[in-house]
Amino acid sequence: MPVIDTQREERIAPTSAAHASADHSAQPGRPPHVQPFEEPTAEGIRFRKAAKTYRGGTEALSSTSFAVAPGEFVSLVGPSGCGKSTLLRLASGLDTVSSGSVEVNGEVGYIFQDASLLPWRTVQRNVELLAELEGIDRATRRALAADAIALTGLAGFEQHRPLALSGGMRMRVSIARALTLRPGVFLFDEPFGALDEISRERLNDELLAIFARERFAGLFVTHSIAEAVYLSTRVLVMSARPGRIVAELEVPFDHDRSPALRFDAAFSRVASEVSEALRAHS
Amino acid sequence: MSAPLSRVRRTADAPAKRVRRIAAPFIVFAAVVTLWWLFSTYGLEQHKRFLLPPPGQVVAVGLLDPRNRGEIIDGLLATAQVALVGLVLSIVIGTVLALVMSQAVWVEQSIYPWAVVLQTIPVLALVPLIGFWFGYGFGSRVLVCVLIALFPIITSTLFGLQSAERDHRDLFRLRRAGRWHTVTKLLLPGALPAMTTGWRTSAGMSVTGAIVGDFFFRQGQAGIGRLLDGYTQRLMPEQLFAGVFITSAFGLLVFWGFGLITRLLIGSWHESARTSQ
Repeated sequence: MPVIDTQREERIAPTSAAHASADHSAQPGRPPHVQPFEEPTAEGIRFRKAAKTYRGGTEALSSTSFAVAPGEFVSLVGPSGCGKSTLLRLASGLDTVSSGSVEVNGEVGYIFQDASLLPWRTVQRNVELLAELEGIDRATRRALAADAIALTGLAGFEQHRPLALSGGMRMRVSIARALTLRPGVFLFDEPFGALDEISRERLNDELLAIFARERFAGLFVTHSIAEAVYLSTRVLVMSARPGRIVAELEVPFDHDRSPALRFDAAFSRVASEVSEALRAHS
Repeated sequence: MSAPLSRVRRTADAPAKRVRRIAAPFIVFAAVVTLWWLFSTYGLEQHKRFLLPPPGQVVAVGLLDPRNRGEIIDGLLATAQVALVGLVLSIVIGTVLALVMSQAVWVEQSIYPWAVVLQTIPVLALVPLIGFWFGYGFGSRVLVCVLIALFPIITSTLFGLQSAERDHRDLFRLRRAGRWHTVTKLLLPGALPAMTTGWRTSAGMSVTGAIVGDFFFRQGQAGIGRLLDGYTQRLMPEQLFAGVFITSAFGLLVFWGFGLITRLLIGSWHESARTSQ
C-alpha cells in the first residue's frame, strides 16, 4: 500500500525543478510565486558526474560533481573558455547534460553577463517582466517589483529606460528583476565583469546584503579572484577545457563583510591560495 | 574647468547651427528656382518655352488657378487613397507572413524564395495581366501597390523578428514563456525599429505603384498619374509642372509622416530614432 507523505509533497512540488539528463518537462500546475520562498527542503544545486559534450565533439565540461546548499554562496573561477558558462547553462536548464545529472531545487534566478533588459520597457516594467510571464496579476506584480526595487536601491528610477542608465544601474535592474520571484537558487554569469572597479565593489556589497536577507543557494561565475573571495562561502577552481573542478577552497570569514576585509591579511592569504590553484591547472 | 567651458560653447553654437540647418536647403531651393527662371526666360526661345515654363507662370496657372489646382489635388487624393490601401494591405500581409516564417524554419524555407521571386518579377510586365484578370479599376491599382510594396515589409519584419538577442531569448526560455508571450512581449517590440524602416520604404514604393497603376488602369476617378499623362499629351506644361511639384510634396509628407510615426513608436528607447531627426 503506497504511503504518500502529502505534506512533504506540497512543500516540495511547487519549487522543485529538477532537470535530469533528459526530462525537461514543465511542472503542471505550477502556482504563481507570490510567497516569499519557502523553507528550503532539499539542497539547492547538485551536479552528479555531470558532463557536457557539444554536437561536433567539443567537450566543454568533463565529469563534474559538487553541490550548493541554500545559504551558501559559491564562486566559480577558471581560465577563459573552461566551461564555466556551460556549467551555469546546465544548472539553469538552458542546456542539458550529455551524461550524469543536474538537480536544481527551487525557483531559479539567472543573471546574464549583460543586464539583458528590454530597452523599450521602463525600469518598473522590466522588473515586472518575469512576474508578468508567470501570469501574476498586476497588483501583486507591482508589490513584488516595489520590494525588489527598494532592495536594489533603484527607488526614484522606476520610469527611466535602460538607455538612460549606467552599467551598474542596469545590472541592479537585472538583479531586481530576478528577485521578484524570490529565487531559491541564484545563478550569476560574470555579472559585474564589464563594470568599473568602484561600481563593482559597491555592487558586491549590495549583493552581500541581498544574500544576507534572501539566503538563496548562489553560484557565481567570475574572473576576479578578489570578487570570488569577497562574496563567497566557498570558491571552486576549474581547469582549462575540458573544464572540471580541480580545487575547492573554504572562505573562512562569516558573511558580515565590509570593504575593509579586502585589505586584511587573511583575505590576501585565501586569495593567493585561489590564485595558486588557478595557476597550477591552467 | 573643461566641463563648464564646453557647456558655454554648446549653448552659444546651438542657435547658429540650427539656423544654418534650416536655412541651407532653402538657399539651395532659391538658387535652383533662380537658375530655372533665368534659363526659361533668357535661355529658351519663345516657341520652345513650353518645354520649361518660367516658375511664375507655373505658380500662376498650375497652383493659383483654383480649377487647375482642384483637379490636381483631386487626382492626387484618388492616387493617395489607392497607395494607402495598398500600403496597409502590404503591412498586414507582410507582417503576418514574416511572423509565420519566424516561427518555423520550414515555413521560412518554403515561402521566402517565393517572396524573392515576387520581388524579381518586373511588376510592369505583370500589369497588363492584372488588368486582364481583375479589371481596370480600384482593385487592380491596389494590387499593383501590394506587389511592389510587400517585399520590403516581409524582409524588414523578418529581420527584426530574428534579431532578438540570445540573452533575451534565454530569459524567456528560462521562464518557459509560451509562443504568444515571446512574440508579443519580446519579438514584436524588438522588431519595431526594423519594421518602421520597412514601412517607410514601402510607403514610397506604394505611392509609386499607385501612380504606375494610374497610367494603366483608367476606370473610375482619374488619379494623378493619368492627369500628368494627359497634361503631357495636351501640351499643358504649367499644369504638368504643378502636378509634379504637388506629387513630390506629397511624397515628402509621407516620408515625414513615417518619421513621426517612428519617433512616436520607438523614439523613447531606440538610438536610431533619437539621432536621426
